[in-house]
Amino acid sequence: METLIDIVKIVTVMGILLGVVAYVVLLERRVAAAIQNRIGPNRVGWQGLLQPLADVVKLVMKEDIVPRNAHRFLHDLAPIISISIAMTTFAVIPFGDSITLFGRTIKLQIADINIGVLYILAMTSLGVYGVTLSGWSSNSKYSLLGGLRSSAQMLSYEISMGLAVIGVIMIAGSLRLDRIVEMQSGWMWNIVLQPIGFITFTVAAFAETNRHPFDLPEAEPELVGGYHTEYSGLKFGLFFLAEYSNMVVASALITTLFLGGWQIPYAAEMGLSGNLLSVLQVGAFCAKVLLLVLFFIIVRWTIPRFRYDQLMSLGWKVMLPLAILNILATGLAILLIG
Amino acid sequence: MDFERIFFFATAGVAVVSGILTITRRNPVQSVLFLIVNFFCIALLYLGLHAQFLAIIQILVYAGAIMVLFLFVIMLLNLGDENTLEEKSGYRKYIAVVLAAVVLVQILTVVAGGVTGPTGTAAAGFGTVEALGETLFREYLLQFEATSVLLLAALVGVIVIAKKKVI
Repeated sequence: METLIDIVKIVTVMGILLGVVAYVVLLERRVAAAIQNRIGPNRVGWQGLLQPLADVVKLVMKEDIVPRNAHRFLHDLAPIISISIAMTTFAVIPFGDSITLFGRTIKLQIADINIGVLYILAMTSLGVYGVTLSGWSSNSKYSLLGGLRSSAQMLSYEISMGLAVIGVIMIAGSLRLDRIVEMQSGWMWNIVLQPIGFITFTVAAFAETNRHPFDLPEAEPELVGGYHTEYSGLKFGLFFLAEYSNMVVASALITTLFLGGWQIPYAAEMGLSGNLLSVLQVGAFCAKVLLLVLFFIIVRWTIPRFRYDQLMSLGWKVMLPLAILNILATGLAILLIG
Repeated sequence: MDFERIFFFATAGVAVVSGILTITRRNPVQSVLFLIVNFFCIALLYLGLHAQFLAIIQILVYAGAIMVLFLFVIMLLNLGDENTLEEKSGYRKYIAVVLAAVVLVQILTVVAGGVTGPTGTAAAGFGTVEALGETLFREYLLQFEATSVLLLAALVGVIVIAKKKVI
């Protein structure tokens, strides 16, 4: 029975995640169009709502072209690594408290492991392999340069990302994500207690997901398409999907760690309880994630790209010291205030 | 055979095979990839011993950070023809063979003597972050700090050597 519940949870969450990712692509295109005073895709279905479906059909029908001297196996493996790591990261994120169905309490989180935060950091650090290997196996200079840039960038920002979370862990006293969310009840969200941690983590998340203004690995004017220059058809589609799932997962992470996760402030005072509250909490979690995704998109279309040396010096000379100072300050505050 | 035994032998088998492939592949990128597979197997073995923290750190530090750095350097050098990388000095090879033989003899004598680790059920909370933290920061605090200082000194040394002009 437990296994069955787990399977149902996995299938549901994966399905919803994939659907959301498909529509985030549409959202991005519509928002971009609005910012640039264009109309954007609005032909397929009402207001372009069936556009993701058309895109998928197009990608599946396309021919899969592999460069002649490419390393065939790794060329196939790289997009699979990218998408599976992007998806598995979501496994530990609690998207709600617990729900009671047919007299059985079900926790709204796929895997409740007691090293949740470390699991996420490990998964994000593995994500770089997809990009690096695609760059190397394509046997093309643009791909290789894109892969190299991305490895350097992800290595640099992983450190400040990991250090930014330590403040949150110190406050919660646990690596469990559900415990971290529980600690943020009411308005005691970690964004209030850890403003510097929030800012460093968010900036690092932008760099980790290769999103603008840190999308140097795929800077179009310089490197054509970056690491996925030599990809086409469904394999390109997988990279595309991975990029957007990374964005959704990063938003979910920021929500969980800093914006109170599924917490609704003053829910108990409003007299809500039971399954209704749980459903509302899941709704609150989704709303927070969606707002952050919108923030990611708006940033992409408003801020110019960094130069490569600026990116590196920002990572090592600003973000890293800030994150370390944040740990020191948090430690002092915990020692003095308790 | 119970599940634990099958799990152990499957993982250990893959670990050994990938370890051998790491040192026999001519292409350095393939070597690195097999080493990553090896690290994953070791992480799985830790997980089998209920050492969750150690397992995740194995992936986070070795597979996620150090091997990415290795791959990065190999790609940056972009070693085209692997066959030109033949060993130039001969005497090193002989010293290496002798040293490897010594280590092999040591391992064989220990294994032949019969290894008996501590047996029985582990204490509650064994291998968790809390237990590890208590041990590191209470029992072995001095050793832990000494190692940290050593690592810091190594880092500073690397920067001094890499920089032409130290400010």
